Amino acid sequence: MKLAYWMYAGPAHIGTLRVASSFKNVHAIMHAPLGDDYFNVMRSMSERERDFTPVTASIVDRHVLARGSQEKVINNISRKDEEQHPDLIVLTPTCTSSILQEDLQNFVDRASLSSESDVIPADVNYHRVNELQAADRTLEQITRFHLDRARSRKTLDRSVTNGPSANIIGIFTLGFHNQHDCRELKRLPGESGVAVNQVMPEGGSLKCLKDLPRAWFNTVPYREVGLMTATFPEKDYGMPYISITPMGISNTADFIAQIGKLVNVWASALSEKRLNYKLYVDNQTKFVSQAAWFSKSIDCQNLAGKEAAIFGDATHAASITKILVKEMGIRVSCSGTYCKHDAERFDEQVRGLCDEVIVTEDHTEVGDTIARIGPSAIFGTQMERHIGKRIDIPCGVISSPVHIQNFPLGYRPFLGYEGTNQIADLIYNSFNLGMEDHSLDVFGGHDTKEVSTKSPPTDRKHINWIPEAELEPNRIPGFVRGRAKKNTEVFAKQNNISEITIDVMYAAKEKSSS
Amino acid sequence: MKTLEIPTFECETGNYHTFRPISCVAWLYQKIEDSFFLVVGTKTCGYFLQNALGVMIFAEPRYAMAESEEGDISAQLNDQKELERICLRVKSDRNPSVIVWIGTCTTEIIKMDLEGIAPKLEKQLGIPIVVARANGLDHAFTQGEDTVLAAMTHRCPEYNRRTADQHEGDVARHVADDVAPNRKFSDGKDRSSGGNLVLFGSLPSSVASQLNLESRRQSISVSGWLPSQKYTDLPALGEGVYVCGVNPFLSRTATTPMRRRKCQLVGAPFPIGPDGTRAWIEKICLVFNVKPDGLEERENQMWKNLSDYLEMITGKSVFLMGDNLLEISLARFLIRCGMVVYEIGIPYMDRRYQAAELLFLQHTCEKMKKPMPRIVEKPDNYSQVQRMHELQPDLAITGMAHANPLEARDIDTKWSVEFTFAQIHGSVNARDALELVTRPLRRRSDSILGCRNLSRQAVDV
Repeated sequence: MKLAYWMYAGPAHIGTLRVASSFKNVHAIMHAPLGDDYFNVMRSMSERERDFTPVTASIVDRHVLARGSQEKVINNISRKDEEQHPDLIVLTPTCTSSILQEDLQNFVDRASLSSESDVIPADVNYHRVNELQAADRTLEQITRFHLDRARSRKTLDRSVTNGPSANIIGIFTLGFHNQHDCRELKRLPGESGVAVNQVMPEGGSLKCLKDLPRAWFNTVPYREVGLMTATFPEKDYGMPYISITPMGISNTADFIAQIGKLVNVWASALSEKRLNYKLYVDNQTKFVSQAAWFSKSIDCQNLAGKEAAIFGDATHAASITKILVKEMGIRVSCSGTYCKHDAERFDEQVRGLCDEVIVTEDHTEVGDTIARIGPSAIFGTQMERHIGKRIDIPCGVISSPVHIQNFPLGYRPFLGYEGTNQIADLIYNSFNLGMEDHSLDVFGGHDTKEVSTKSPPTDRKHINWIPEAELEPNRIPGFVRGRAKKNTEVFAKQNNISEITIDVMYAAKEKSSS
Repeated sequence: MKTLEIPTFECETGNYHTFRPISCVAWLYQKIEDSFFLVVGTKTCGYFLQNALGVMIFAEPRYAMAESEEGDISAQLNDQKELERICLRVKSDRNPSVIVWIGTCTTEIIKMDLEGIAPKLEKQLGIPIVVARANGLDHAFTQGEDTVLAAMTHRCPEYNRRTADQHEGDVARHVADDVAPNRKFSDGKDRSSGGNLVLFGSLPSSVASQLNLESRRQSISVSGWLPSQKYTDLPALGEGVYVCGVNPFLSRTATTPMRRRKCQLVGAPFPIGPDGTRAWIEKICLVFNVKPDGLEERENQMWKNLSDYLEMITGKSVFLMGDNLLEISLARFLIRCGMVVYEIGIPYMDRRYQAAELLFLQHTCEKMKKPMPRIVEKPDNYSQVQRMHELQPDLAITGMAHANPLEARDIDTKWSVEFTFAQIHGSVNARDALELVTRPLRRRSDSILGCRNLSRQAVDV
């Protein structure tokens, strides 16, 4: 047993449900006790989803505990089949069903006899995998199921599309800025002459899955979900995939270079004209993305050498680390992820870019580390935002888990060239707000009422401003003058200084800014 | 005049959305200030709490998960040792006066003997450990509180009639002086022999004192609340103590003091709405043999204060999907406000504990000349949505899973969960309750560009 208050990645069934409900016309039935369908609330609230979430529960109650589910699960499957005619029903195990060790496969076998929908049990082990791993696994499972069947029915179209095309794998519901990223990702290869064959699972239709291998290649924008789905077509159908996350200028350039390489290999084989991607990247970097110019501008100069701490999922934490260090000259004191299963690769990606790497699922460890380092800004999840609040350090949210405010209505991709602009804003605003607060503090705070507040005369008796120092405060803005004076006096009193000189003033200022 | 309709109960499949009963820790840890709630369960429970409780989770709450791992499930680890280790840490970090263990589905399925382990650890740690089985196998949402309060009933000190009478007399004298300085205490003398009154149900302290005041106006003093603000101040229970519930979901808590502590239960409608509050206090007066004073004028005054809201909802229809067991009382209040209730969905209906409320509902329908709504136990959300499509109610009171999709289909909704957390008890808070009910109706503006229906699915159907 483990004492826990907070978790970064949710339980396995959440991952399965996220993938299943992202596809069109797929229904998930959870084998779970009452109240476990909280996923529906999250999807409906956070994503502001306007349609009913296609997830229901086959309720495990006292009777099920005593006699087993018996016909209940099967009846629920058939009922859903009749009511909504989904293409696929995914029977989803939960912690409860995994402890009960009911034979879900048996239910599925029996239910598929009578139902028109396909029925599969999600093959995830509750205790071994988390939300992200389960999502990865479920996506692969659904894809493989359909491709294998198409192959056995000989309906699989193995011919590649005429023009270059790509599949985008791993965009799904409740993903951090996934909707916006998807739009940006469609544009990115689009502008360079590559059509998007299919996006999955979000909005994907199972009927089209058999055409998945017609694309020239697959792209997997996020490491956490989609890699499994991309690796098996590579093995089975010789479909290459790109697993670079196009986040930040250099990553995006690498991404496009990869596209160029893959397209041109085929282009020469199909005797099409070779496409020049270098020019495109150059143009985009210089003029569409403001990030390259931003990092040259004096705004960014001011950020040079500032310290930051980063924590999030492996994809976002690694990419943001790279952006901060290589593209903005910011010092990353600590970079970390909660994706323990991907620790090795994460370490490899950020090694040399930061002073310290942490891989943990314990938010107190993250909090302690950040407090010890005391960076000027944090980039993390909602938990880090609250850690930042507690210790007064600004935080930009860069990764799940997130709140509803991280599902913005406006266009906010993190990927591609527009993404670089958004990230630059996020980073600059986080640091800048921190500096603004800080300088306000140095100058005595927000409260303009304090101007007229004089220290009680008894205090002042023992403190003597030498005339030269008396004039000094006149040089700082009037609205903070009173506070600055007061701070100096407090400092003097604390240090048993009876005469305030200019030196003492600056010592006081230094003290309050440290 | 219409004949009295007998309420009909239906029971559906139980495929409905509600919160897990463990969510009760959210309000109970805040209510019982010196407590610590330890939920013994899996990641699923933790994930639910973390997401359902929103920002509370960042406020260093006095609750935590004891998260079972694979070793716990397969009994490779010793439950008692594991819990001991965790509770020792809780003790050293927070030093609570009581640790409440919340049993979940997992502890139920693997048959973890929480009730057996607790007394042993209690002795070892020197902190009381209360065990409540608030699992999703048996309970829905607010029933979680019921399991906790029922468990706490056993920890209430024994009521000693003779010493208590003395004490109560003192209290009553003060109270009488506070409330009605002109009235002589001798008015209450014959009554004090009637025994004393303990109310059960967790309410914010301001609401609790409002209800205290309601009964003081009738010169009946409330001698204690279950739960109290502090665990160390639990009320005394025993023969001669009357107990009365303030919430409709507390049926276990109601039976436990009767069966185990020889208390007497006052079966009354619940103090929700001015009508409910009056009926509640009247029933208490009846039990204590007190002639109620000025209740009718008070109720009328309250209704008068609500007239602007009443105007807005009179004649409108409402459909309660059901998830928190407040539904019967809420429906009764809304019918009295002039609304038509199509359906009352409710997770569980204790006809004995809610008998007075059900009867009151019947009378209210009769009085307002409104049809008796159908009461659907263990509703089926899918069928409910179908029915709603036919009935087109003006308002659906529903969980968050259905709210946005229904709004997209042009049915105004109010999240039912808000009624659990908002202050709706007592006549004073009737306004707050109606504030909630009318919000979606007040917000209603002209549709944007004629889009009444904003769903994507409905286009295909």
